Amino acid sequence: MQLAVNIAVLAAIYALIACGYVLIYRVSRVLNLAHGELMMLAAYLLLSTASMFSGHPVAALAASLVLAIAVGVMVYVFLMRKMTGEQVLAAVLATVALGILLRGVMVLVWSAQQQYPAQALGWVNASLPVPGGARISVAAAALVACTTLVYGSLFAFLRFSRWGIRMRAAGQNPLLAAQRGIGLHGIYALAWALATFTGGIAGMLIALDSGLDQTMVVIGLKAFPAALVGGLDSLLGALLGALVIAAAEVLLIHYVDPLLSDVVPFLVLIAMLVVRPWGLLGTREELDRV
Amino acid sequence: MPFASGYFRTSYARDLRMIDTRTQVAGVIALAVAAGAFPLLAGPFLLDLANQFFLAVVGAVALMLLTGVAGQVSLGHAGLLAAGAFTAGILHKEAGAPIWVTLPAAAVTGAMLGVVFGLPSLRLRGLYLAVSTLALHFVVVYIGHEYETRRGFSTGILIDPPRILGFIIDDARIWYAVLLAAAVASVLLALNLLRAKTGRAWRAIHDHETVAAGLGINVPLYKLAAFVVSSTMTAVAGALFAYYRGFVSVEAFSLFLSIQYVAMVIIGGMGSILGAVLGAAFVTLFPYAIEAGMGLLPNAERYSSLIFAVNYAAFGLVMVLFLVFEPLGLVGIWRRMRDWLVLWPYKQRPLGGSK
Repeated sequence: MQLAVNIAVLAAIYALIACGYVLIYRVSRVLNLAHGELMMLAAYLLLSTASMFSGHPVAALAASLVLAIAVGVMVYVFLMRKMTGEQVLAAVLATVALGILLRGVMVLVWSAQQQYPAQALGWVNASLPVPGGARISVAAAALVACTTLVYGSLFAFLRFSRWGIRMRAAGQNPLLAAQRGIGLHGIYALAWALATFTGGIAGMLIALDSGLDQTMVVIGLKAFPAALVGGLDSLLGALLGALVIAAAEVLLIHYVDPLLSDVVPFLVLIAMLVVRPWGLLGTREELDRV
Repeated sequence: MPFASGYFRTSYARDLRMIDTRTQVAGVIALAVAAGAFPLLAGPFLLDLANQFFLAVVGAVALMLLTGVAGQVSLGHAGLLAAGAFTAGILHKEAGAPIWVTLPAAAVTGAMLGVVFGLPSLRLRGLYLAVSTLALHFVVVYIGHEYETRRGFSTGILIDPPRILGFIIDDARIWYAVLLAAAVASVLLALNLLRAKTGRAWRAIHDHETVAAGLGINVPLYKLAAFVVSSTMTAVAGALFAYYRGFVSVEAFSLFLSIQYVAMVIIGGMGSILGAVLGAAFVTLFPYAIEAGMGLLPNAERYSSLIFAVNYAAFGLVMVLFLVFEPLGLVGIWRRMRDWLVLWPYKQRPLGGSK
């Protein structure tokens, strides 16, 4: 039972992070390899707002989420916008460079020590019993709830809202979308904002659950196979992929070798690339095949 | 060097020559003299820097052939370096093999891994290929890590200085000669490949795969060849690195190292061997330049713990600046400067001669 809970929590983490990869890829065909760093930045921002709004944890959370959105928009306006028209690969490498830059800046500002935002907010991360004899921490439970909420609202947003439909249109065919009067720059900025927002939620909750240090980047990178296994342009796929990766990782760590933890998602990724490169639910013809 | 009046080659043999004009001959001689005099004049610190640079040149040239020329993106370069280093380390530790066994063994490992890294490229392109090499990087590093923990070398494998024909190579000056030879050999190999059929095939594949196939180029074969050549060179560089440091550990082969090599290719300038050399110099010297720059600040001791982070941030920033403002890299800057100097006061570039 504890294994099932662990799988659910890990899948929720991966799914919440993976939807950022999917959003940006689906709209602009750019793979954001700085997602882990952006996620970590949001968690560090929470640390700062927590000391600023001491005594008002909810206000601190809200303020850091707003900041995370602002960061996402800024990344688009100041960096990714300049990369339009360049090769897609140059754009991906730009995100890699951005990630390195952010990592250095974060160490400079917040130091490399392990920090505990939960303490700064004055929250205690209690452990709740789950039917079946397993236990789950409050932050992990919040993570599962948040993932459900985020995915629910993203589905609704993309399906029914005006901006969601515009985003899908821009992803399908940017030229036609622009000719229909959709401001592509606004849409791309929105995608980046949403991606850092959801990634930020994930980063903050992970930091609340288990502390905050440089290893969070690795979690961000490990969530990427989840997005790809599900299909890079499919939100539902990201959810499925996260489940697959999380199950494989938890079970292999438990039954085979704990050292495998960092490599399992990538092994699944390679297997997927060999068998079905477009992912479980991805669109086949959009893949640049030889 | 092209002249303002125009420089026209009159035969194919002339066009194929590596060293073309008298200016180039003079340049090569000057470089050779400088490289020969350097170890006599430089101190141990500068020698170590030069050796690191030569090692980086081998890796950067290898990646340039793969990414800059053949257009196949690899984010797993550190994995290949690790494979070479671990092959040398394991053979040395388990079988006591001498360097003339371990280096070829590293090359063979590299070639085999090249096929493994290259196989996805037959089905995947662009992003998906980059991702698959990234995944393979993690797998290779995991295997190295597993070996270290299983055999109880959890801090790393120690390697004794190599012995060739009775000589023990442990002096920085001798290493300088060995690594310089390796760097020059890799540059020559690359230049020769580029002016032959293989290089033209790679360029054609880079420009347009379907057209290349239509021209009669065996696209899968040449793609695999690019991966094999590149990873063989990289694995040998990794093995040399292991001997030079006398120590192998997975910590040295992080994802950041792969990114550093990609940065060498970008900062140097895509598709140019000179670019790979310039990029290797830039990336090798960059952290030392940052450290020296920080040393000039007032209260330098106070910031000394931050050097690592400043380094990271500055490196990311430089990479972003090159990607946004100078996609042609250092080679682009160098060509523009050269043209401006040669052509002044004119502005038109001559026909041909822009090698």
